Amino acid sequence: MSLLSIEGLTVALPRGGDRPYALSGVSLALDANEILCVVGESGSGKSLTAGAVMGLLPEGVVAEAGRVMFEGRDLLTLPEPEMRKLRGARIGMVFQEPMTALNPLRTIGSQIGEMFRVHTSLSAGERDIRVLALLEQVRIPDPVGAARAFPHELSGGQRQRALIAMALALEPKLLICDEPTTALDVTTQAQILELIRDLQRRTGTAVLFITHDFGVVADIADRVAVMRQGVVVEQGPAGEVLNHPRHPYTRALVAAVPPLAPPPAQVLGGETVLEIAHLSKTYRKRGFLARNRRVTHAVRDVSLKLPRGGTLGIVGESGSGKSTLARCLVRLLDPEQGSIHVDGQDRLALSRGDLRRDARRIQMVFQDPFASLNPRRRVGELVAQGPMVHGTPRAEAMARAKELFELVGLDPAGLDRFPHEFSGGQRQRIGLARALAMRPEVLVADEPVSALDVSVQAQVLKLLARLRAQLGLSMVFITHDLRVAAQLCDRIAVMRDGEVVEEGVTAAIFANPQHEYTRALFAAVPGKGWTPPVAFGAEEVA
Amino acid sequence: MRVLALALRRLAASLPTLFLILIGLFLLLQLAPGDTVDALMAQMGGGDPAMAEQLRSFYGLDAPVLIQLSRYIWRLVQLDLGFSAIYGKPVASVILERLPVTLLLMGTSLSFAFAVGMALGVLAARRVNKWPDALISTLGLIFYATPSFWFGMMGIVVFAIRLSWLPSGGFEEIGAGYTGLTRVADIAWHLVLPTATLALIFLSTYLRIMRASMLEVLTLDFVRTARAKGLSQTGVLVRHVLRNALLPGLTLIGLQAGTMLGGSVVVESVFNLPGLGRLAYESVVQRDLNTLLGIVFVSALLVILVNFIIDMLYAKLDPRISAER
Repeated sequence: MSLLSIEGLTVALPRGGDRPYALSGVSLALDANEILCVVGESGSGKSLTAGAVMGLLPEGVVAEAGRVMFEGRDLLTLPEPEMRKLRGARIGMVFQEPMTALNPLRTIGSQIGEMFRVHTSLSAGERDIRVLALLEQVRIPDPVGAARAFPHELSGGQRQRALIAMALALEPKLLICDEPTTALDVTTQAQILELIRDLQRRTGTAVLFITHDFGVVADIADRVAVMRQGVVVEQGPAGEVLNHPRHPYTRALVAAVPPLAPPPAQVLGGETVLEIAHLSKTYRKRGFLARNRRVTHAVRDVSLKLPRGGTLGIVGESGSGKSTLARCLVRLLDPEQGSIHVDGQDRLALSRGDLRRDARRIQMVFQDPFASLNPRRRVGELVAQGPMVHGTPRAEAMARAKELFELVGLDPAGLDRFPHEFSGGQRQRIGLARALAMRPEVLVADEPVSALDVSVQAQVLKLLARLRAQLGLSMVFITHDLRVAAQLCDRIAVMRDGEVVEEGVTAAIFANPQHEYTRALFAAVPGKGWTPPVAFGAEEVA
Repeated sequence: MRVLALALRRLAASLPTLFLILIGLFLLLQLAPGDTVDALMAQMGGGDPAMAEQLRSFYGLDAPVLIQLSRYIWRLVQLDLGFSAIYGKPVASVILERLPVTLLLMGTSLSFAFAVGMALGVLAARRVNKWPDALISTLGLIFYATPSFWFGMMGIVVFAIRLSWLPSGGFEEIGAGYTGLTRVADIAWHLVLPTATLALIFLSTYLRIMRASMLEVLTLDFVRTARAKGLSQTGVLVRHVLRNALLPGLTLIGLQAGTMLGGSVVVESVFNLPGLGRLAYESVVQRDLNTLLGIVFVSALLVILVNFIIDMLYAKLDPRISAER
């Protein structure tokens, strides 16, 4: 008998939702000593499934039918005090955001110790000893210091380790991980996945692992269940689902994973459109006392060239300075040293006024499609605003906006709607149309696809590739994802701590990375040993 | 050490504020027609101009404004608040006589407003959109919308005149000669109505802030973590939500300390309390520049002190504070 079996679980959404049922007829089984990955895009109901198991569904959301059998008891009918005894003790849970999942006002040690406080009668001294042992078990550097630290004093990876330690404190039979590595850098993600797998093998815990990333699935899963809009569309052993996906939706999801092998390079002329030379940007923190002053070299002596019509990928983890570099390029930030030339024009020598008048040469697409569009203005105006500010008559600018909407694959009828009426992928297309409205010579895209679902990400990547061919766009493409970089970039610059450690033609770097950091990045790419069986973008979500 | 460094920095930053307030007020009062001597002469029922001139030179009022200002600042640096011509004694002792009343009134109503407001806010947030929440929120709005003098007067009408439960005004029974605990009880008795009046207005602000921040904190991820640990609803509230939700209310105390001094002018007048607020009002009417500046100095010091304490508390409660600065 399975440790956990979910049978025909149906969960109703409150009235007025986008669909009547969040989950309908979900059946999953999980044995001890097994990792089951539940894969799906946003809104697939994968997190709600975890919530139903924990008895922590949001207010107004109720399980209407089905059973959640755990160790022979139906969790759905268990009274709350009984459920509380299970939570934490028998079923542990690790969450996505290690920063916000910890109480900022209490030390790591006291938050882990709380597990023992709630479920056992250990004395304070015994609790401290157990906490230290747990922190050592999750291989946190300096466990004694970490126990005394507050969450903000640890790095993202350390916080996630602390959360895992907390979830494992009472050696639960079932561990639920809800996207535990999504908010982490690739190298940290690889370490955390390794840790989860290692602990799972040693303790024999069953793991319900929720993720959207097929690469992660390939690395960790024993079995896979694919969910879409509250329904399990396909489940089976990992090798089976990953390499021989049967359901069209699974096939489309697998086809949306960019393969690690770059496509054949496009032929570029020798002309350089953007030249960055010895660029440096430093952040200074002024302190009242000398010892509080801190200098951060966000960008250090970076020199790069972008050929006309080419795409330069800037790859790095958080804190590598890639976003600062992007902001310097459009002069949202002013670098202290170096030069930026676009078509021979020295951008750094421009005065504020000249820069405003000449803003069109470099345009930017931002990461967050939700925050980067003004929610109070119609999207047509948002797109037409740039040209209008620069003197284009309104009618002409709106006509151009309409053309651009068609170009980026949106229905021009949507021009007088507001941003919140569009999905994330559509908003990113609007952001792109807004940047293109200025007919820029260089487009700077700062992680334009990382906030999107995989299938939408694949569509936007294809759109970018098409626009590049169609308009001859030159692009600086900033990403943390080597898979994405492989598909779109002609050249790649790898950044770490503000410095470019390696730069070159994409195919060459992928074939033979020189710098040890680049090699570490490649080693950390999730699912590197797995080649998606369906060609990239060959099949799409219906 | 971390807290101490923060403390010193905050103190250093508040000194210029203090001086700017004093200089601004000094110059502002120079623009008002009439001075102390005019008010004195009016009290005496008039006098000849020569005597007025003599008085002016005696009090140093004939010197140019800038000289007067610099003399005043210099005296302040030596912690000398000057001499009140109207009351005929040093400003410091005039203020010291009145200060305890105001401090007591302010302290008790602030604590009362904070404690009760927070408690009601927690109650409202726990029963959000149910009848206790509706009741508490409506009451809060009524308290907030009603002027304090009306509250005070209604309190007197109902509790002092109709029911005769409480005294209608004053700080203590004059001439009763109470000492020790009896006196304390007597003063507390007299302060019930004024404290309640002053507190009710501020209470509703704390209530609303606490309710809102509780609701916000309840949606945060770490609350879900706490539930997933198997904590009970009360355990989650007490151990994870309350302290986080308390922080915005704490900031508000600092902001309101200044308003409270202003509000106490009205309440002190209604309840006939010999406090700093009424002293300020009287010295404006009597053009008693020295006393007025002294009051401003002392109340600015009080506000700075309250804010300083709040900052320290905040740094103690929230470990992120000094790390970010």
